Amino acid sequence: MKPAPFAYKKARSLDEAIALLGEKDARLLAGGQSLIATLNMRLSSPSLLIDINGIDSLAGISQKGDTVEIGALTRHAHAEHSDVIAKHVPLIARAMPYIGHPAIRNRGTLGGSIAFADPAAELPACLLALDGEIEAAGPKGKRTIKAQDFFKGLFETALAPQELLTAIRVPTANKDTRFGFAELARRHGDYAIVGLAASARADGKRLSDVHLAYFGVGNTPVRAKKAEAALAQGNIDAAVDALDLEPHDDVQATAKVKMHLAGVLLRRVAGQLMETRS
Amino acid sequence: MSARTLDISITVNGERVQESVEARQTLVDFLRESLSLTGSHVGCEHGVCGACTVRVNGEVVRGCLMLAVQCDGATVETIEGLSDSGEVADLQTAFEQRNALQCGFCTPGMLATAQDLLKRGGVPTRDEIREHLSGNYCRCTGYHAIVDAVEAVAQARAGEKQ
Repeated sequence: MKPAPFAYKKARSLDEAIALLGEKDARLLAGGQSLIATLNMRLSSPSLLIDINGIDSLAGISQKGDTVEIGALTRHAHAEHSDVIAKHVPLIARAMPYIGHPAIRNRGTLGGSIAFADPAAELPACLLALDGEIEAAGPKGKRTIKAQDFFKGLFETALAPQELLTAIRVPTANKDTRFGFAELARRHGDYAIVGLAASARADGKRLSDVHLAYFGVGNTPVRAKKAEAALAQGNIDAAVDALDLEPHDDVQATAKVKMHLAGVLLRRVAGQLMETRS
Repeated sequence: MSARTLDISITVNGERVQESVEARQTLVDFLRESLSLTGSHVGCEHGVCGACTVRVNGEVVRGCLMLAVQCDGATVETIEGLSDSGEVADLQTAFEQRNALQCGFCTPGMLATAQDLLKRGGVPTRDEIREHLSGNYCRCTGYHAIVDAVEAVAQARAGEKQ
């Protein structure tokens, strides 16, 4: 199918984009790798597309103290090959190759992926596992939203209608932080059947501050907090038994299969978290 | 002004093109319908099949997931351009010799994506080739012959450099 007619405007500044968002049925166009697909299928039919690709201040990766800031318009391919991400945010570096395919990663943006909040997408779960935060700008100025408060429901976020995600911020890794990432998909690059992004702190031979952020098992990325507690005790079997998830049946797998796969992924990721870093 | 129809200026396969396009027209439809460059194919129209793969400013993208109007000022290369310049001639020969196509619908996208991998240099492993081509569906060959062809060209190009 072809998209229904819409008007198009290339925003030259953040303020212009925010002002245009006040128009009826206006949508932001960033990488377009989800939005244009939904336009083609007429699952969405905005009256105005605001192209933010020309706002250079929204792109880029920078380290500021113990935080890495990633601009909303940063392309997946840029993050995938970024030395700053590889060194300071290894979880996101590890997740990148799972996101779509090379041609998708050349266009898709980190901000778009997080603002779209697909429950089976990798980056929202990474942000949750890292206790990251989202910077949003709107008519009243900028504000910061914690990842745990951002994902509200199916494709639903804490962004107000006239707000725009401008950047994400995540803490830098240090010698004690450990990360794990695994996902199962029918085809490499497809949305996950089940996936898991995890972080923890190595505390002697134990783990503390375990974050297990699952995706593909609910309406939003979700933390499995009982399993986190069990894993911090060092007992992987108990962590698998304690998995507190409530997946639904979907086109890819039944809830029962998803629960099984969540346990498989937990064992894989637990192994990654317990590896000693050289 | 926001508008439903806009004027754009693009360089396609080395030629400057100025056209008026509807905002809703995707890049691949523009290439096929306005410029009659029908080598880029329209398959799934939602970014899954890879048949519409073209290069914009040197990077492979999905022609169905970009609007033509977004390419104002950009350089676009289609399979016609890659073919005419000889850039993928060895890949085309290898695909033919190894029967890496049957109906040919996926082939333009396969060639563009394979070339994207090979122009990085070196000889990728078969797993790396499969991963790079994972976003391109082929419903005829079962992929094995395609991987063979891409691997053979990678080895041949690496050999020429030595």
